[in-house]
Amino acid sequence: MQLVVEARGLHKHFGAVHVLRGVDLAVAERELVFVIGPSGSGKSTLLRCLNRLEEPSSGSVLVDGVDLLDPRTDINHARQRIGMVFQSFNLYPHMTALGNVTLALRKVAGKSRAEADELGRAALARVGLADRAGHTPGELSGGQQQRVAIARAIALEPRVMLFDEPTSALDPELVGSVLGVMRDLRESGMAMVVVSHEMGFARNAADRVLFMDHGTILEEGPPAAIFQAPSHERTRAFISQIQRH
Amino acid sequence: MSNWDRFVETFFNAKVMAKYLPDIAHGMVVTLELAALVIVSGIAAGLALALLRSLGLRPLNLLIVFIVDLFRALPPLVVIVFIYFGLPAAGLSPSGFVSTWLSLALVLMAFSEEIFWAGITSIARGQWEAARSTGLSYGQTLMNVVLPQAIRLTIPPLTNRTIAITKGTALGTVVAVSEILGMASSAVSNSYNPSPLTLGAGAYLIIFFPMVVFGRWLETRMRWKR
Repeated sequence: MQLVVEARGLHKHFGAVHVLRGVDLAVAERELVFVIGPSGSGKSTLLRCLNRLEEPSSGSVLVDGVDLLDPRTDINHARQRIGMVFQSFNLYPHMTALGNVTLALRKVAGKSRAEADELGRAALARVGLADRAGHTPGELSGGQQQRVAIARAIALEPRVMLFDEPTSALDPELVGSVLGVMRDLRESGMAMVVVSHEMGFARNAADRVLFMDHGTILEEGPPAAIFQAPSHERTRAFISQIQRH
Repeated sequence: MSNWDRFVETFFNAKVMAKYLPDIAHGMVVTLELAALVIVSGIAAGLALALLRSLGLRPLNLLIVFIVDLFRALPPLVVIVFIYFGLPAAGLSPSGFVSTWLSLALVLMAFSEEIFWAGITSIARGQWEAARSTGLSYGQTLMNVVLPQAIRLTIPPLTNRTIAITKGTALGTVVAVSEILGMASSAVSNSYNPSPLTLGAGAYLIIFFPMVVFGRWLETRMRWKR
């Protein structure tokens, strides 16, 4: 099986705080890896190390065979292959939905405006927002904004998508539309790493669930095993706490 | 003669006004030229400094901050006098016009750099991260994502500052620039009547009132929905 992401021995220090303490993570093609864990356990930091938004203190990250930490690697080129979706959407408020999706297509992928517009519209159609291309983020609901953010990432045809709590900032009734898009994306065979508290989604869609605690992966396994029969007491406590809500 | 008549005779003397109208009109042209030069070069230099500062090179930033603080602290008139009477000692002899232009442009540069810088730093980190995560370089992110938003935020303080500093063209009268106030003052001393000053005030209003209105229009136009 072809590995899309291969991270080895990741450590990250923020000053005196040791956030990642030796994390190994491999993601295969078409695989959805779901990361859970208490706040401050290093989930987001791990995710952000995978596209070098955060510089790991030590370790290695290979995405699609490219060593991201090699100084000779063109990081901007490599990042086209790694889509990222943020908790707070981070759409560009001064551009339309289509403008958000096409900016990197034109500036990074080097497409002409016409080509970029076509690809951008196709990406918006994939997230069910073909009719919102001309709207600015301020005119869209939270769920629609997050779907535009997904379109912005998938338009570049990444090899892997990273989701950093994509539904945490949404009203409950808008969560479903975003999870629906993520499910479609998964069915199309996109490799995904998802940090989230949506346990229902994890149960249905994840191939593997990682439980992180204090900067390490405490245990991992298929969702059924992690949710029904976790082997660590801390995992058990975390899952029962999440499910009480 | 009643008090009222004396007042009109002094400040609204039609004969005096008619005589010196061409002088004031000429002053208006000079003021307009000065104002346009100050605005364009001052804001362009301020933006350039803010962009340089965003590169985060420490020694360069210390220099930029020093220059900016210097020109924010000095009264514009002091800068004008320094350039006009000081530079000849260093072998350069800028005219009054050039001295006034340079001084006001430097002061506007300093204030607009601070305003642009505040705008750039106020753009949320998430905007940078989203853009960089799609492969945009630092410069592309700055020019396409951060600056367009920052500039919208800076429009109200920037128009205010620009208007305040550009009115300082009147200080050029100290170094014999034939702008509105300079022309009006010499007309007053030649005619022994202050009516040309009234004309001058009118001339300033004709130039700067539309500028204030334009600034307000720009502020409204540049707002966008979040």
